[in-house]
Amino acid sequence: MGKASRAAFGEALLRIGATHERVVALDADLASSVQTRKFAEAYPERFFQLGIAEGNMIGVAAGLALSGMVPFAASFACFIIGRFEQIRMSVGYNNANVRLVGTHSGIGIGEDGYSQMGLEDLALMRSLPNMVVIQPADAVEAEKATEFLADYVGPAYLRLTRQSLEDLNDDDYEFEFGKGVMLREGADLALVATGGVVHNCLLAAEALSQEGLRVAVVNIHTLKPIDDELLRGLAAESPIMTVEDHGVVGGLGSAVVESLSEIKGARVRVHGVRSYGESGSGKELYAKHGLDAVGIASQARDFLNNDS
Amino acid sequence: MSTSLTAHRRAGNLAAGTMASIDELKSLCRELRVDALKMIHAAASGHPGGSLSSVEIVASLYFSEMKFRAGEPAWPGRDRFVISKGHGVPTVYAALARAGCFDRSELSSLRRLGSPLQGHPDRIRLPYIEAATGSLGQGLSVSVGLALAERFDSEDYRTYCLLGDGEVQAGQVWEAVMASAKYRLGKLTAIVDYNKVQLDGFVAAIMDLQPLGEKFASFGWHVLEVDGHDLEALRSAFAQAREDERPSVLIAHTVKGKGVSFMEDTYAWHGKAPNEQELERAISEIRSAAD
Repeated sequence: MGKASRAAFGEALLRIGATHERVVALDADLASSVQTRKFAEAYPERFFQLGIAEGNMIGVAAGLALSGMVPFAASFACFIIGRFEQIRMSVGYNNANVRLVGTHSGIGIGEDGYSQMGLEDLALMRSLPNMVVIQPADAVEAEKATEFLADYVGPAYLRLTRQSLEDLNDDDYEFEFGKGVMLREGADLALVATGGVVHNCLLAAEALSQEGLRVAVVNIHTLKPIDDELLRGLAAESPIMTVEDHGVVGGLGSAVVESLSEIKGARVRVHGVRSYGESGSGKELYAKHGLDAVGIASQARDFLNNDS
Repeated sequence: MSTSLTAHRRAGNLAAGTMASIDELKSLCRELRVDALKMIHAAASGHPGGSLSSVEIVASLYFSEMKFRAGEPAWPGRDRFVISKGHGVPTVYAALARAGCFDRSELSSLRRLGSPLQGHPDRIRLPYIEAATGSLGQGLSVSVGLALAERFDSEDYRTYCLLGDGEVQAGQVWEAVMASAKYRLGKLTAIVDYNKVQLDGFVAAIMDLQPLGEKFASFGWHVLEVDGHDLEALRSAFAQAREDERPSVLIAHTVKGKGVSFMEDTYAWHGKAPNEQELERAISEIRSAAD
């Protein structure tokens, strides 16, 4: 098992601090959890602890950005989008160069239960016209995405996991903003996934291959702008099932359906979380909500059997 | 200096970013009132009450207190001004026009499709705007960020934030107040346009702010109570704010709809445009007012 994407983010941010003197970090009493503590210790003058007041944190980040600083403002994904009014107005509408970082995404966080789970963040963040949305699938991708964002100009959202993730990529992996990554080819079905569940899709594809099904797996690390070209190519070849640890409204599934909405014959099943979250281990929750390899394979079979 | 600015000066307007005399400012304030009401009338919508109450504050900032260059909105050395009560922006547009930032004929485009003069301020369409506002309660947080950024900047500048009294009811304002004190933002000055009236009625009845000065003081701010229509008092208060190491707040006691008898002290004119007759009467009252 590799690192959590939040941990990789924290290490990348620390490194970026040395090379990017206008990069600052903002925190709302979660530096240990969102992994900005190392940056805070190395660059105390560029770290702003604003207390449990995320709305203010986001506004302060906007102000810093409007005067030329490059802020990373981090909290749990649910608390970031809980301040959507500040994001919409102070960050988005101002086109402020703010990176919002939402950790503890999805039901994968486990025991803390629904109140700490980001399950609606992709829906809200995608809705702002100038907001780019990135969700890495492993630690290496999280580091590379963080490095990309250090130089990106414009409002951006980075979605990260609490839980450790299996490594998918080597250290020499190149993050290509806006491009989906084909991890496995297959003409019977394409599993299009984002974040920590990408690895589970690979396991599911392997299991399905034992049954004679050829299943492709695609990692969508950039949800906005999404890779329309890749998706349209896939849709021409096979049915698509999207997989994400996020609500089924407004996340990757919606983004894929929007992308394919004018494509004749495209078939998509959206698979994700269909209820509020709850306490339990991350593993138990993934099993219950069909986001482990077994659940994803089962959904895939059901989808293909209902081919009409 | 741009030709248009020179022309504006010849036409008797004032240069922003320099210190105008009190008499010049008084005369300018009458014109800002007239301009704001004409704009709102032409747009057939807008917020006269809160535009009129902040005229002396806005005039003092642009024509006395702030470092500012017309024609150079992105000048790095400029002082930053965030009008957090975004609905009061017609007064700011009028001041910018009088300063020569754009032609006064543009004022009549307020709220029209394609105009840089949006109903609430928009920094993308009008670069003289430091931050978009209008969703109340957010401007002070943005101002805190601007003031913090100054510490990393090679330029020295101050940050000013104009708050409506009603918006001080928003919790985010107090989050920003706490952060300003924590970071000892001595170069941040907030001004509360305390006109005592908000959209639905009197502030004291809707959600009283009192004791407002004590609240700010207990949060670690330097508090200055001032008559928000007294230009000399405002000038002196801004000067005192500059001398203090704490963030300062001017609690500017003002009159909603100031200068137009039928608009004063009533919520009825918070968000309603004057018709032709009302505009004429208002302009006549403003122009005939004694100094």
